[in-house]
Amino acid sequence: MSESTVPDAPAIRQAVEAGAPPILEAVDLAKHYRVRTKRFSRSGVVRAAEDVSLALHRGRVTAVVGESGSGKSTVSRLLARTTRPTAGELRLNGVPIDTRHAPGRDYRAQVQLVLQDPFASLNPVHDVRYILSRPLKIHGYAADDIEESILSLLRRVALEPAEQFIDKYPHELSGGQRQRVAIARALAVAPKVLLADEPVSMLDVSIRLGVLNLLADLRDREGLAILYVTHDIASARYLADTIVVMYAGRIVESGPAERVTDEPSHPYTQLLLSAAPDPDAGRPERLGERGAPPSLVAPPSGCRFHPRCPFAMPVCLDRQPPMLTTGRAHASACWLHDRDTAYAATPSGAAERETGAPMS
Amino acid sequence: MSRLEFVDASIPTPRPEKSNNTVLDIRGLSVDYGIGLGAVHAVANVDLTVRRGEVLGIAGESGSGKSTLVYAITRLLRDPGVIVAGDATFYSRPDAQSTPRTVDLLSDDKSVIRSVRWSEIAVVFQSALHALNPVFTIGRLIDDVLAAHEPSMNKQQRRDRAAELLDMVGITADRLRSYPHELSGGMRQRVMIALSIALNPQLLIMDEPTTALDVVIQREILEQLMDLRDRFGFTVIFITHDLSLLIELADTIAVMYAGEIVERAPAQALFRAPRHPYTYGLLNSFPVLHGPRIAMTGIKGSPPDMRNMPHGCPFHPRCAHAMPECSTEHPPLLRLRDAFGDRDVSCWLQDSAHAVPPELALDGASASARVAAATTANVAPTTDAPRPHPESTTPAHADTATEVTA
Repeated sequence: MSESTVPDAPAIRQAVEAGAPPILEAVDLAKHYRVRTKRFSRSGVVRAAEDVSLALHRGRVTAVVGESGSGKSTVSRLLARTTRPTAGELRLNGVPIDTRHAPGRDYRAQVQLVLQDPFASLNPVHDVRYILSRPLKIHGYAADDIEESILSLLRRVALEPAEQFIDKYPHELSGGQRQRVAIARALAVAPKVLLADEPVSMLDVSIRLGVLNLLADLRDREGLAILYVTHDIASARYLADTIVVMYAGRIVESGPAERVTDEPSHPYTQLLLSAAPDPDAGRPERLGERGAPPSLVAPPSGCRFHPRCPFAMPVCLDRQPPMLTTGRAHASACWLHDRDTAYAATPSGAAERETGAPMS
Repeated sequence: MSRLEFVDASIPTPRPEKSNNTVLDIRGLSVDYGIGLGAVHAVANVDLTVRRGEVLGIAGESGSGKSTLVYAITRLLRDPGVIVAGDATFYSRPDAQSTPRTVDLLSDDKSVIRSVRWSEIAVVFQSALHALNPVFTIGRLIDDVLAAHEPSMNKQQRRDRAAELLDMVGITADRLRSYPHELSGGMRQRVMIALSIALNPQLLIMDEPTTALDVVIQREILEQLMDLRDRFGFTVIFITHDLSLLIELADTIAVMYAGEIVERAPAQALFRAPRHPYTYGLLNSFPVLHGPRIAMTGIKGSPPDMRNMPHGCPFHPRCAHAMPECSTEHPPLLRLRDAFGDRDVSCWLQDSAHAVPPELALDGASASARVAAATTANVAPTTDAPRPHPESTTPAHADTATEVTA
C-alpha cells in the first residue's frame, strides 16, 4: 500500500481495471454552472464537477457514491450528454466525442439514462405499449415486430406476464414496476452503456433489491456497462465492481468495491462508512460534530475535504492532492498516501499509514 | 435450546398493567381514509404500549400506516382520515414522584388533546422546510410557541430560552434572526427538534426526521437527539422505513405492514432472530457493509393495494411460507416468550400447531445465525470472476436453529 506515485498522471484511469478498453470513458471532465450572486450582480461559478475521470467497461458496474451536492448526478448527466461539459473529453469506444453539440441518435443508441423518480419519468397519459414503442420506432426497428419486441423487453426486466403489463398505464404499476418499465425503455435501443441515477432511492425498501438484482443480471447476462449513481454506499458495495467516491465535485477515491468499503483509504470515505447505519457492528462509535460539505462557489483551497479532515496537514491547505495509488486498481486523492508529504508533515502520519485506518 | 412459550392465541394480548412505567397505551386503534364501502383501512386494530424512557421504533414501508398511526393519536389526522375504533391513553407524569394523570387522547373534547399536544407530546415532522413557516425567523417561531404555552414568561425570558434551545441542538444564537430558507436541511431539522423540546415534552414523536438528509448529518443529529434524551429523559417514538437505523437506535421495534403491527420485539431480538417472515425479508433487504458479498433477494412482489387488500394475512401473497389458512384467516397477534424476552408476532407459523421454518426460529445461542445463514447462501467471488446470477441461488437456512416446542 505504500506504493505511491505518479502524481500528475490520471491514476484513476490506471486504477480501473487494465485490459479490455472501456466502452465509455471520461477524461478530466468538468462542469461549471454560472450563477449570479445577489449582491452587486457579480457572477460566480459553481464548480459542480472537476477533473472527473472514469471508465465504464463491458460487463461491469461502476458506482459513483457521494452525498447531495457531491456532483454525482452531474457526472451521470455529463455522460448522458444532457449537459455539456465545461472542459475535458468524453470517449466512446475509444473515439473522442465532440461535446459541443447535442448528441445524435447514434450516441443515444449506445448510452441510455435511467432517472431516479419513476413516478415522474413515465408520461402518465400513455400506456406501457406506447412508452416502449417510441424508442423502437425512433431508432428504426422494423414496425411489424414491434409488439413482439415490446413483450420481450418486458420479459427482460421480469415484468411477467408481459401480455398483461403491455396495456397498463403508469398509475396502475407499483414503484418497482415503473422503474422496470423505465429500464426497459432504456434497453429498447440495445445500448452498450446504462447510466442509472439513483434508480432505487424512491422505491420501497423491500423491492429495491429486486431492481438492483435486475441491473446485476443485465450486467452478467448481457454484458452491459452500468454506471450506478447512489448515496447509499452499502448498495454500491452490493452491486458494483468498482466504487468511485465523490466529494464536493471531485473524485476522492476509487477502487474495487469491496476494497473501498473494507479498507477505505480516503478520510472522507471513512467518514461516510462510519456514518452509515450498520446493525451488525452493534452500537456505533460516536462521530461528533463533523461539519458540512463546502460551498462549491468558493471551495476550500487545496484539498476540498481539509476543513473537515481529522488528519489535515499544512500541504492539504495549499495543494490539491492528485490521485495516488494505494493498492491494485485502488487510488485515493489524499496527501496521506504520498510518501514524502505524509512522513514529512506529521509524525503521526506514518503510524496512521501503517495501520491503514486513521479514524479516531 | 430455547423454548418458545406459547401464551395465548384465542384472545387478544392481555392488557398490560397500567404501571407507572407506561407512557402511552394504544388499544385496538383503527383508522380509515374515507367512509363506507370505499374506505381504505390505513391502520387496522393496532395495540401498542410505549414504556417510559424507551425509544420505540416503528418500521414500515410507504403505505404501511406508520405515519397515520401517530397522526391519529396526536389528532393531526386530516380529512378524509377517520378514527373508527380504539383507545389511546397517555399517562402524563411530569416528574418521577407524581402519580400519572390519565389523558384520553381520542376524547371528543378537543381541549383534552390541546392540553397535552406539544407541551407533553411533541411531533417532529419529516419535511422541516414545509413544517417551518417561511415568513417568520427562527427566533419568532420559537417565541410564538413559548408565548402561547408559557404565558408567565416575559419577552426577555423567551428570548433567552430560544437561544438556549438552539444551543442544545448545536446552533449558535445569531441564527435566531435567520429565516428557514437560509438554513441547510440539517439545521432546519435541528430547529424542528429545538421547537419540539421547547416545552419539555414527555413524549417525542419523530416521523422520518432524517430521511431527506445525508448520512453524515443524519448520524450527527441522531447523536444529538440521544444526548438530549439522556439529559431530559423523554420517551421517543421514532418512525422510519430504515430498519437498519432503528436497530442501532431503538430499544423496541414494531414492524408495520399494510396497517398492522406484524411483529414487536426488543431491537436486538428482532435483528438477531426475527419471527415474522416480513421482518426476515426486510432484514435481508439491506446490503451489509462488511463480510463477503452475498446475493440477497429482498421480498418478492409489492406491498398490497390498500383498496384491495388480500384476505387472511395481508402478507401471504408475498410470503415464502404461506399456508392454506394464511389466505383465509387473519392470524392473531401471538405473545411469544423466548431467550430474548417477550414479543408479539402476527403469524400462523408461530401458533405452535405448525413447524416453524428454521430461519424464523433462531434462538439466543445462535444469535448471529441469521447473518451466518445468509452468509453461507452464496459467497460472491471478488471482483475478477463473473458473479453468479444473484437470483439463481436459494437462500440457505440456518442449521443451528432449534425445533420449536409448544
